[in-house]
Formats: sequence, structure tokens, C-alpha cells
Amino acid sequence: MRGAETPETMQDPSGKPVVTDTTSTILDRAAEAAVRATPDSLATRVRGLSDKTVAWIFIAPTILLLLAINIFPLIWAIQLSFTNYRANRPNEAVKNIGLSNYSRILNDADTWAAMQATAHFVLWTILLQTLIGFTLAYLIDRKFRGHAFWTTIILVPMMLSPAVVGNFWRFLYEPQIGLFAYVISFVTGIPPTEILMLSSVKLAPWAIIIVDTWMWTPYVMLICLAGLRSIPDYIYEAAEVDRASNWRQFWSITLPMALPFIMLAVLFRGIENFKMFDMVNLLTGGGPGSTTEVASITLKREAFEKWRTGFSSAFAIILFVAVFGLANIYVKVLNRVKSR
Amino acid sequence: MKSTLKVSLGLAAGLAASTAMTGASKAEDLTLCWAAWDPANALVELSKDFTAQTGIGMKFEFVPWTNYADRFLNELNSKGKLCDLIIGDSQWIGGSAENGHYVKLNDFFDKEGIKMSDFVDATVVGYSEWPKNTPNYWSLPAFGDVVGWTYRKDWFAKPEIQAAFKEKYGRDLAVPATFAELKDIAEFFQNREIDGKKVYGASIYTERGSEGVTMGVMDVLYSYGFKYDNPDKPYDMEGFVNSDKSVAGLEFYKSLYDCCTPPGASNSYMGEGIDAFKSGQVALHMNFAFTWPGLQKDESVGGDKVGFFANPAGPDGEKFAQLGGQGISVVSYSDNQDAALQYIKWFATTDVQKKWWSLGGFSCLKAVVEDPTFEASQPYAKTFLDSMAIVKDFWAEPSYASLLQASQKRFHDYVVAGQGTAKEALDGLVADWTEVFKDDGKI
Repeated sequence: MRGAETPETMQDPSGKPVVTDTTSTILDRAAEAAVRATPDSLATRVRGLSDKTVAWIFIAPTILLLLAINIFPLIWAIQLSFTNYRANRPNEAVKNIGLSNYSRILNDADTWAAMQATAHFVLWTILLQTLIGFTLAYLIDRKFRGHAFWTTIILVPMMLSPAVVGNFWRFLYEPQIGLFAYVISFVTGIPPTEILMLSSVKLAPWAIIIVDTWMWTPYVMLICLAGLRSIPDYIYEAAEVDRASNWRQFWSITLPMALPFIMLAVLFRGIENFKMFDMVNLLTGGGPGSTTEVASITLKREAFEKWRTGFSSAFAIILFVAVFGLANIYVKVLNRVKSR
Repeated sequence: MKSTLKVSLGLAAGLAASTAMTGASKAEDLTLCWAAWDPANALVELSKDFTAQTGIGMKFEFVPWTNYADRFLNELNSKGKLCDLIIGDSQWIGGSAENGHYVKLNDFFDKEGIKMSDFVDATVVGYSEWPKNTPNYWSLPAFGDVVGWTYRKDWFAKPEIQAAFKEKYGRDLAVPATFAELKDIAEFFQNREIDGKKVYGASIYTERGSEGVTMGVMDVLYSYGFKYDNPDKPYDMEGFVNSDKSVAGLEFYKSLYDCCTPPGASNSYMGEGIDAFKSGQVALHMNFAFTWPGLQKDESVGGDKVGFFANPAGPDGEKFAQLGGQGISVVSYSDNQDAALQYIKWFATTDVQKKWWSLGGFSCLKAVVEDPTFEASQPYAKTFLDSMAIVKDFWAEPSYASLLQASQKRFHDYVVAGQGTAKEALDGLVADWTEVFKDDGKI
């Protein structure tokens, strides 16, 4: 009924009347004018549409786009996963081979080795990023002098392209000229040429964890910071009145209230790192040997180097189901935590 | 008035004709696809003559080696029209012939009088024939290449180095005749200080992603007695791929990697090798011959400082080398096949091949490489000829990519990551390759 309100009339210093209409009233009037200007038949037709229909009209283009670029390829990949199809042999007959691709993948030691490498990478990066990210967020939230400047500095790695990060860390890790090797050498006394971060089977998995942690901890920090800032001050004030110690406040207020945000950050980083490709590919290419060959690198090799399209489709479906399933379970836990 | 009209009509006709011709030549512009490397620049220069002679413009699509196979095999598999001509890797020939990517050139060669016997035999088998050793030609040998070695001639010539080497090994420091000698030299130089700088023994192929470690390992294994399969029973690999001799060869390669490469050289291929040699890090350098003109010209390590030698012999005196190089083919999806064939005809002529060599392209035409002046034409020319005489190539089957990826994994796992034994690596390779051939229905 706001549109029916009469505009308030005031006078300007010269005494002329000035209409001080509210914004919503102007919009309502404009809408009415638009309806009046619309030909009767169309207006009737538009008015005849239900809200649900209008909603469908608005989301239809998005749904169509999603169907075309997400759902259709997914269904096609599922179909291909039951065949021996190879994209590099267009003239060869495509045979249906049932669950053969799935059984080969699940019984393949190399696939499990890739899954282990992925799990090692995902678990350690999440652990380190959450710990360091939350700690940084906690410190930044103290609002010390220059905290805005340091926040910006901390965020820089996250703003870089993974390709750039991969390339320059490759140089940093270089045992003959790399800064990283020299710093470690300076601290430990080990000659830099013996610090083979990308060539050593023991060190290479940690080399990629270090880079990913360096790059994405700021992201976790940002989410945690949002969580910390969302905690109302009066809760802490009440705790102060109750003479709760800082330690007690942290465990009873800060951590539980920031937990949904931390879990959200873990979910995002978990999904992202499960499909990590670019940075690992640039840093180690999966080597030395197959030490850092995470699932996405194996998948790329099967799909675009060996051209086993059917096989790689099955592998992609298995990965999709694994991520989707784990993410769903996680989201349910997250919702339970939020509702507490 | 009449003459003015005639002149006007003439001008109009000339203008129309020139416009039409421009349109026609644009329609016939050819796109040639190849790797982005020094020889490609030489080909751009060479192709200007083709455009001048025929009026057909040339465009080039060059992709770095690391993405070369991915990019162009994708293009061919999707029946793309980007490339009219392609200089594809030698191992692509089986797949490209069987999947219809390349135009078969037999009739064209017969019609134009191009004889395959005019080209170096190994390059015809390696780059043009499918099935191998049959007269079915899918490309014209375009760029001969082979793995060989460069060494620091100036370091070898230093009296104090020579004396130290003789004292340690009881022989003169010279170009190695066997792989065992090569390792001695690499060990000798490893961590040695020369001109106030620490240097290393050898740069060898260890790259994991594309084909590097396989090219390096195979280059050594052939001379140790490795065979792909039973000569009397194709695809029967047990006891050939994983023979005792092959195991010894693989163990040798690992020992060379462990003892004598620069720190961190665990993912080294052509580019990294060039960098290691040019920056004065290594005494010996394994690489394809295409790198030699650039190294020869290099200001800091070229000229008299660099020497070249073909693969040394294995324990039984056998000498083989890994074939590189490519042939030039007409893409069957091209709309400009006639013009593309015209380019191949032009490229096959002796004068063009001579100029190709002079610009840095490694010609495969016998008239060029068997010319009496050839050996003296460049410091590396004789090594190139010696190496081309002992080449062997990796599988060129349609499944070469799967076969290559299997060997990349097995070799890198053993040589660089040190996992398992050489015997286990080669046994595993036999199992992987057998599975590939079973999938293909060849076993």
C-alpha cells in the first residue's frame, strides 16, 4: 500500500514546494507507469502467469546452461565409462565392456598409490592451513597497530596465479640457485646442493604441501576472520563479568562459535585440493617417479596422454562420487554443528 | 576517348584480376604445424622461397615441446582443419596412418618422381613408413634427428685435467669409446672445480611428463642389447625387453644418474640439458642433434670449446642411438591439400634441402648428406652422419602413447625415485606393454 501514500511536501529556502518522495514510492510509481504503458493483452498475459512460472522463466537460461555444460557431459562420461572408447581412434568400433573399467581401476595398485598421494596431500594441507589460518585470523582480529597492512600482505599469495606460484617455487627450490635451499642451508648447515626438495622421494610430497599451504592459508584465514568477527562482543562482556579466563573464553566462546566457519574453510580447501592439478604438475609433474602423482595427474595422463577415454571416464566418475559423497557427509555434520 | 576508355577498362580489369588473385592466394594460404624450437625458425626462413615461387602464403603454428603432442594429437583426433601440413613426431606415424589423419603419399610420390630411395634409409623407415618396412608412405622425411653427445672440448684439453685423469684411470682423457668410459669421465668431472667453479659430470634425460626419461634410457639400452620383441614372434617381449642385458643397461643408466648429474636434475629434458651445458655446469651433455647448431654458435661454450660425439658402444661393442626427428605430412582434413602437396614437392628438391641444411635444418636427403663436402660443412656434421647410421626408434604403434607412458613411469620410478630394482622395472614394463597390446587385439 506504500504506493498509495501521498508524497510529503516541503518548502525549499526560496519558498518553492519540493516533493520529498521516498525511493520505494518512486519505484512503485515507475512500476505502475510501466504497467499502464504495457499493451493490455500482454499485461493480461503477464499478470496471468503464476509466480512459479515467472521464477522458472528467470532460471531457465541458467538451468539450460548447467544442463549443457555440466549435466550432459556427466551423463556422457557415465555412458563412456562402460565402454572401451578412445578419443584418438575415432574410426574404431566402440564396445560396451560393462564394469570392466571400474574393476580395473579399483584393482589397480597405481590408482591406489595415486589416491594415497592425494590423501596425504589433502590431509596435511588442510591441517596446516587450518591451524596457521586460524592462528593468523585470531591474531589479526586483535586489531593491533597496522593490522590492516599485514592483512593485505598476508593475502598476497592467494591473489597469484597457481601457474606463477608453481613456476617461481620451482626456482626457489632449485638446489644450486634457489633461495629456499640457501635459507635451509643457513639454518641447518646442510649444503644447499643436498636439499633436493623436488628430486627427493622423501621431500617432494612436503615441497608441494609447503607451497599449497603458503598460497592458500590466507584464504582459510579470511573465512576464519569472518567467523571471529561475527561473534557478538556482549558474549565476551558477559564472560568477563563471570570472570572467565581468556583460555576459557577461547574454548567456550571463540572456538565453538567460529567452528562452522572453520569447517566451511576445510570443506572448500578439501574439495579444491582433492582435484589439485596445476600447481603439482608445474612443481614436480607427479615425480620423482610417481611420488607426488595425485589423482588428477593420473586422470590427465589416462585421458589425454594414453587416450584411454572410457577408462579415464570411469576414474573421473569414481573421483566424483568420492568427493560428492564425502562432501555430503561433511555438510550434514556442518549443519549439525551450526544448529547447536 | 576510345583510348581513354580502353585504358580505364584495362585498369579495371587489372584491378579486378589482382583482387581475385589476392583472394585466391589468401584462400590457399597454408598452415604448417610443428614444435616451437630453433629448426622451426629456420623453416620459416626457408619457406619464404616457397611463397616467392608459388604465391602461396605460409602461416605457422608452433607449440612448445612440452605441449606439442597434446596440442596436435588433439587437433588431429578432433579432425581439425587448423593444420594443412604437419611435421609430426616419428612415433605418431602408426596412429595417424591407421586413424586416417595423414594423406597417403605413394601416388603423389610416383606422380612427381619423388623417390624414397633418395632419402636416408633410417629416416624413411622412422618417419614415413607404416606399417614399418613396407612401401606405404605417409610423410616425407623432413628433419633428421638423433640423440648424441656434446662435451667440453676446452676442459678435456687442459693439461692439469688430462694429467689428473691419466693418473686416476691410466688412460688419456678423450672422447669415450664405450659407455663404461663415458661414466668414468662423468665421475671424474663430478664436483670438480674448474676455473673456480664447481662442475658436474653429465646432463642426461630424466624428464617424467612427456618422453624424456624414456628417450634417455632407450638411447643407452639399445647398445646394451635391449630388443623390443622377439624378431620371430612380434609382440613377444618376455626375455627381450627384460633380458639380462637390458637389466644391465638400465642399472647403468641409474648409476650414471646417481653418480654424475647436477643436483636436482630429476626432471631434465632437452631445454634443461641445453641450460646445463650452456651455463658451464656439465662436462658431457646428452641431447638431440638439433641442439648442436645452437651450442656451436654459443658465445660462452661454443666454437672451439664444444665437441660432438655419437653414442659410445655397449659392453658387447654394439652401438645404437635413439632416433628423433620427424616427417612432413599432409593432414587429411585440410581443405588445401593440393597446395600442401605442392609444398612437399618443393621441399623435396635438392636445392631446397641444401639450403635447409645451411639454415640449421637437418636434411635427410642423401644428395645433401652424402655430398663429399658435407662432413666438413659443420663441426657436428660427421657426428650427425655417424649417429644417423646407428638409429633405432621407440614403438610407433597406434598405441605408442600408452606404451610411452608405461615406460615413463617404470623408468622414472626406478632411475630417479630409486624404487625397486631394474629387473622389477623391466618385468613391470613387459606386463604393461603386454596389456596394451592385448587391449589392441595384437596378442
